[in-house]
Amino acid sequence: MSLREIRLSTTPTSDAINELRLGDIVYLDGLMYTAREGVYMRALEDKANIPMDLPSQSAANFHCSPAARINDDGSFDMGAVTATASFRFAKWLPEWFDKTGAKIIVGKGGMTSKDYKDYFVPNGAVYLSTVGYGTGALLGRGIEKVEAVHWNEELGLAQAMWVIKCNKMGPFIVASDLNGDCLFERENAKIAKNISKAYEGTKPAVLKRYGETDDRSDELI
Amino acid sequence: MINIDLIQQTAEYLMQKAAIEIPEDYHAGLKRAAEDEENELPSFVLKVMLDNYEVAKEDRCAMCGDTGVPRWFVKLGNEATVEGGMFALEKALRSATAKATNGVPLRPNRVHPLWRTDHNNNVGIGAPEIEYGFEPEGEWIDLITVHKGGLFGTDYRMLFPSDGIQGIKRFYLDSLMAFGKRGLACQPAIIGIGLGGSKDTCMTLGKRASTLRTVGSRNSDPKIAEMEDEFKELGNSIGMGAMGFVGKNMVVDCNIEVGYCHTGGMPMSVHAFCLSSRRAVARIFPDGRVEHRTDPDWFTPYQRRETVEWEPNKELARESS
Repeated sequence: MSLREIRLSTTPTSDAINELRLGDIVYLDGLMYTAREGVYMRALEDKANIPMDLPSQSAANFHCSPAARINDDGSFDMGAVTATASFRFAKWLPEWFDKTGAKIIVGKGGMTSKDYKDYFVPNGAVYLSTVGYGTGALLGRGIEKVEAVHWNEELGLAQAMWVIKCNKMGPFIVASDLNGDCLFERENAKIAKNISKAYEGTKPAVLKRYGETDDRSDELI
Repeated sequence: MINIDLIQQTAEYLMQKAAIEIPEDYHAGLKRAAEDEENELPSFVLKVMLDNYEVAKEDRCAMCGDTGVPRWFVKLGNEATVEGGMFALEKALRSATAKATNGVPLRPNRVHPLWRTDHNNNVGIGAPEIEYGFEPEGEWIDLITVHKGGLFGTDYRMLFPSDGIQGIKRFYLDSLMAFGKRGLACQPAIIGIGLGGSKDTCMTLGKRASTLRTVGSRNSDPKIAEMEDEFKELGNSIGMGAMGFVGKNMVVDCNIEVGYCHTGGMPMSVHAFCLSSRRAVARIFPDGRVEHRTDPDWFTPYQRRETVEWEPNKELARESS
């Protein structure tokens, strides 16, 4: 088996999403916006109007804050772009899908198959992971233009909503599909067989920690 | 006396160099891992990472969008003096950090822990950290910047002598399993282990083991050096590779540093210096010479001294025995 390479629009058809298989390598074309906790809280909890027409302009949400600067003349310089870990944002996603019609969530490390089945599949959405997580320079080459930055004053550079025009931006890797299957969980299951061998001969620490028991009436010795 | 403008100018250059150019020792280690990896998914990941280092250098762009939390380690020879004193030095390093954040650009990662205030320049209360070390001879100053990621891959635990080496191995494996899944630690990484010290110095030792030692270096204590080899192999035997995919390469190298601790305890910390293992070093001399390198060479025999008096000849004899 060799990895499939696919070019995908950030306003994809449902057929195009349906085509994607776990482990496919994807390159994106079109507008993509960054949104993480700052944007989610502002749009969903503070009910601020999202300054874009979604999903018609973009159905791709990048969990990212770029290394970027706003110049004195108002233009932008974006250097490296890298995703941040997505599991922290799961709680906002159901409402976010409702509000924005997002079909592609791009980030680091994916979410659980439960999140995929509960939130992604009903909305016809999939998760794409960045590769290696440190490919910021490479992803930077896929940015044709920084279209806009919204909410910079309210949220700061790192949490602002950046709108970028992608031209074969990637690579990304398909980490969930429309079955709600999770690439990382599939890999975890394969690795699980080896774990006991690596741990052979080790023993639990003499002083335990909460977390190793969740009963707070337990002693840890 | 070392010129303060030269210090600031060098510090600005180091900030840029650390963010853009992967150090040679880590690069070589990752190339070996890429050649050795047999599984398709992690092989692809490692190939893309190696491409990314080249693109970063060509485009003079930060290698990773998360440019970490820039910090400074400063080492002074005993005879070194800085124009304007240590106050001027700290001001220069803070200025260089702010200027490079806007210049490269870097991501303004540093915010207030509660109010999330972001000065957009990676400078704030206690940031960047500036730590000091000294050597018994020399008129030079070493500036070392490290841009380590700040979220995943680090843990601390108070173990006890009765936990033994097997307890150390278990906590090491626990840390790799906890942060290696889904590749949150951005492995393959340089894993640093701190053993001993007080709780805070235990963390410091481990962090320095991961960031201030190079891939391929070994502890001067031959038994600890053997442990480093063994732990590297153990970490790679889990079968977890880049991004947590089935693979052979989790640990590019394992560095262990120790410090004397309370007689009843054996505190341990684990740290992961990621696929963007960013560090840059320069030695500045009073005559204006600047020598650039990527090996911080922090853990000298003097830093690992064991006795009240510093007797270099005796320490060297002990090391070579």
